[in-house]
Amino acid sequence: MRQVLTGNEAASIGAKLARVNVIAAYPITPQTAVVEKLSEYVANGELNAEYMRVESEHSALSACIGASAVGARTFTATSSQGLMLMSEMLFVVSGLRLPIVIANANRALSAPLNIWCDQQDSFAVRDSGCVQVYCENNQEIIDSIIQAYRVAEELLLPVMVCYDGYILSHTAEPVEVPDQAEVDKFLPPYKHPHPLEPEKPVTMGPVGVPEYYEEFRSMQQQAMLAAKHKLLEVDRDWGKRFGRRYGLFERYKSDDADILLLTAGSLSSSAKELIDRYRKRGEKVGLVKVRAYRPFPGEELVDALSHAKAVAVMEKDISIGWAGALFTDLSSAFVDVKKGPLIIDFICGLGGRDVSPLQIREALRAAAKAAETGEVKKPVRWLGLREKVVGLGM
Amino acid sequence: MGGCTTKLTAGAVIIEPGSSAKYETGSWRNFRPVVDEKKCTGCGMCWLFCPDSAVKKGKPATIDLRYCKGCGICANECPFKAIIMVPEGNR
Repeated sequence: MRQVLTGNEAASIGAKLARVNVIAAYPITPQTAVVEKLSEYVANGELNAEYMRVESEHSALSACIGASAVGARTFTATSSQGLMLMSEMLFVVSGLRLPIVIANANRALSAPLNIWCDQQDSFAVRDSGCVQVYCENNQEIIDSIIQAYRVAEELLLPVMVCYDGYILSHTAEPVEVPDQAEVDKFLPPYKHPHPLEPEKPVTMGPVGVPEYYEEFRSMQQQAMLAAKHKLLEVDRDWGKRFGRRYGLFERYKSDDADILLLTAGSLSSSAKELIDRYRKRGEKVGLVKVRAYRPFPGEELVDALSHAKAVAVMEKDISIGWAGALFTDLSSAFVDVKKGPLIIDFICGLGGRDVSPLQIREALRAAAKAAETGEVKKPVRWLGLREKVVGLGM
Repeated sequence: MGGCTTKLTAGAVIIEPGSSAKYETGSWRNFRPVVDEKKCTGCGMCWLFCPDSAVKKGKPATIDLRYCKGCGICANECPFKAIIMVPEGNR
């Protein structure tokens, strides 16, 4: 059924359709509506789940750990500072191999206090052992939440579904809501292989002594690498049943393009519009939208980008003191490639700053210039920065 | 874990109950309890206090050195000063 939904509503309905058993979440802007909607569904009987009210995000994810350990299908949602407060527990979730699904409405981090969108929060926890998927629109949110449970439960990995705060979380657009009976066929009930259960006692969370710790980390790495195939397998099945597919990343008019943009999240939609305009003028530009960021589809991206002369990465995050995360990872994927494209990193849209078509054009032009001259003078650049107001910094 | 030869489970879940006995912790010890047979009355205070269940009650009490971490609680609690802690490596 087609409905007009905000991103937050899409995330809530996704969790409801996945028939989650336990929800523990703490409200935070801009995710709040997810918590409100789900508590409403539980209160009015639409969703048969345990809704746990908790006093913080740290507790929210801790409660989810307990619930998931006894074998419940578990959901939480957060943003920004909330994700930071969860971060200690994120590593516990992945280390315990609990298939919790976390929705994250991307929001900038304090300080300065900022409630608007960028992707610094989820990029900051890229090493936490959670699968990370970035959504471009509200349809992708609802579909990804349901898909996430299949990936999570079949590989025992937590999955974080990220979507841009406000730009998606508070913006309503038409969304095809999958039929519950069809979702039930796609997503069987969850069964933890060794749940906490008095009849058959197990120990969870023992000490991992130096003789064993590395092996457990390596098992996580193996599962995460397997997640690349699992994401595709699940996506294929989803496509067969519901007619929509997303892949690990999307190639948009990229196959014959000399100049490519690389984006993640809602920015991709704006960039595609611009690509269309340039294409009409006959310019060979295209876009690759990263959907799965962890596991990082490095080899696959090398395949998709190698033919280009230059790639402009546009990202709403920065590892202060070096470069953006997407750029860093993409560059390392090209380390063994003899003749790869020139890559430039554009930091943009931080703290909710609008990324305008002019800025996207600036990135494309800079990449075109690099392609022409064959060199990148400055690999990390800022878009839309008002240099005149930047002080001495100290 | 020390004696573990089976395949590791995802998330380090230990699926065999009561398996902690397989994990011998005696190598952690710096000091070893030595029971004086003449002084020991077999009262069992050391057995009661041992946090590792490494004492076997009896007259004299005996210590299971596979698990004793050498904490010295038994020596401290013994009402008859029948247990002394000897540095490992010394005889």
